[in-house]
Amino acid sequence: MKKLIIALAASAAVLGGMSGAAQAQEKTKVCFIYVGPKTDGGWTQAHDIGRMALEKALGDKIETAFLENVPEGPDAERAIERMARSNCAMIYTTSFGFMDATMKVAAKFPKVKFEHATGFKASENVATYNARFYEGRYIQGQIAARMSKKGLAGYIASFPIPEVVMGINAFELGAKSVNPDFKIKVVWANTWADPGKEADAAKALVDQGVDILTQHTDTTAPIQVAAERGIMAFGQASDMIAAGPKTQLTAIVDTWGPYYIKRTKAALEGTWKSEQIWDGLKDGILTMAPYTNMPDDVKAMAEETEAKIKSGELHPFTGPINRQDGSEWLKAGEKADDKTLLGMNFYVEGVDDQLPK
Amino acid sequence: MRIELERRARASTAFAAISPLLALVLTLFFGGLMFWLMGKDPVATLYTFFIEPLFDVWSLHELVIKAAPLILIAVGLAICFRSNNWNIGAEGQFTMGAITGSILPVLMPEWHSAALLPAMLIMGMLGGALYAGIPALLKTRFNTNEILTSLMLVYIAQLFLDWLVRGPWRDPQGYNFPKTISFAPEAILPELLDSGRAHWAAVFAIVAAIALWFMMRFMLKGFEVSVLGQAERAGRFAGFSSKKMVWFALMLSGALAGLAGISEVSGSIGHLQPSISPGYGFTAIIVAFLGRLNPIGIIASGLVLALTYLGGEAAQLSIGISDKISRVFQGLLLFFVLSCDTLILYRIRLVFSGSKTEAGA
Repeated sequence: MKKLIIALAASAAVLGGMSGAAQAQEKTKVCFIYVGPKTDGGWTQAHDIGRMALEKALGDKIETAFLENVPEGPDAERAIERMARSNCAMIYTTSFGFMDATMKVAAKFPKVKFEHATGFKASENVATYNARFYEGRYIQGQIAARMSKKGLAGYIASFPIPEVVMGINAFELGAKSVNPDFKIKVVWANTWADPGKEADAAKALVDQGVDILTQHTDTTAPIQVAAERGIMAFGQASDMIAAGPKTQLTAIVDTWGPYYIKRTKAALEGTWKSEQIWDGLKDGILTMAPYTNMPDDVKAMAEETEAKIKSGELHPFTGPINRQDGSEWLKAGEKADDKTLLGMNFYVEGVDDQLPK
Repeated sequence: MRIELERRARASTAFAAISPLLALVLTLFFGGLMFWLMGKDPVATLYTFFIEPLFDVWSLHELVIKAAPLILIAVGLAICFRSNNWNIGAEGQFTMGAITGSILPVLMPEWHSAALLPAMLIMGMLGGALYAGIPALLKTRFNTNEILTSLMLVYIAQLFLDWLVRGPWRDPQGYNFPKTISFAPEAILPELLDSGRAHWAAVFAIVAAIALWFMMRFMLKGFEVSVLGQAERAGRFAGFSSKKMVWFALMLSGALAGLAGISEVSGSIGHLQPSISPGYGFTAIIVAFLGRLNPIGIIASGLVLALTYLGGEAAQLSIGISDKISRVFQGLLLFFVLSCDTLILYRIRLVFSGSKTEAGA
């Protein structure tokens, strides 16, 4: 028995020594936490593509790790703390619902750098990053108005949070710039990623007579329904052309890679600071998938709008814009400020839906 | 050829006693085999999965946090199941307990008092118990199947919570996001030690398990549960009321699930939000059966199941295997426990006669 204990102790010492040696040349660990599966074909996959781009660019200095399917709630706090404890020097928390958990863990680990996607809380070691998805949605709205025969689009929304309401409004404003009578029907799926619910929502909208579909949920289910029913649709977060080769008009493609590389590099060089980033088309944090399945003149219009947004000539939220009830929101020429947009909880004129109260 | 299960003339008591351990060993063996087939070092992976989380104070706390609601719910379910009442809706009672327990901190945020927390816990238990009273009423009054009614009430509770946090209870300062205001410090279940997040829910779980073990072992009520569960007619002759037992069993398990719900919200989350449970109410059913419906056994099985969650996360992060692996382990474990229990009582017999006609049919 005694010998056994000595042998165990010796092997433990050897193992300990080995891991010490390995630690000396260890790469900086950069960790990612995902709300869905990394192969969801949408939101989470876009982040995972960003992670792989980061690994490719800085692979000699860093290594990455990730946790997927982490529910928003107490499990998220544990998962994030586990990352902080397993030597992750930088942690990207890629869903809005991780916000409070990120803040709590960040307070306990002041040396670890946190980057939270789409949130509104920040601190010394928590930065936030987000993309101006509404720019892409404005372009989609214009395309929809040209492609829809009925002037009626279906919008599968996730949660009535400002981000989503802003997207619906941008789509409607884009559509109205082409067809002033354009209408949107909204269905709240109450989920970010659930192929079954998303498909049901899509079917309900098609049954109500919409002839174009767009979504603010993460999976490719709606575009597949659109393909089956023979109507057109837009992809979300990732290029979903594979799910509907004859259906997808374009998609908003989240391109997180360059951002991840820039920020991780800053962290390695010691120049990282907590910032609140809200970049748009011009910065390349979102890009438009190729304009497909549409006539050349529609494509030309979309490209022109994209160029105007990039150059700053066009801001989708420029007055005159009325609220849904017809009251004035923005005067002619007035532009919405970021704070109003980030807290948006009302519809613009033309959206055929009541915001869930 | 046909496979038949044939009752053994005499079941081995020795094997019956070690059956859960045998199942655990078989699970580890086949889990290791699976890792090996995936090209991972089976010993190192199993170590990361099952041993490493036990050698870190922080992760022990997390283990207790995860196990507490499972144990609380499962001991209630064990009594319910032993009385032959099948409450499948603990997830709903958990949710309802969380809602009723949150009434005070959400609607009266200005009330700072030492009585707040006890009042929340009692209201949570009441909410869970009353919610479980619905299937009890339906069963005793209309003879409906409580498996169906309790299960369907889960979705009603979840959607009710969903509506509350998006509607009347939404934090007005929360940018429309679906959550209530954060609870005041007086409404937060205190942590037990400075070394980690584990809070009072763990104490509730242990106390509940011991109390119910005592009841089953030494009190007439425990005898009543077993008799009515195993032979209802015999129980009626003894003067026990099976209708009262339906109410008792369902409301007891509902109250414990409700307590787990408000403890989770108050101790771990700090506000209400659309999703407050990763399916504790359903996982607790596995925990109850792994613990062989014995409250003390359930403490152990609750910890084992909690470990599969934590281990799955650790293995995902450090070895890069899929998060589905913890589900696979839970499945393996349940499969081996059930098959060990079955094969101790029964033997497998292959019947060859008449095989051709049957195969053709």
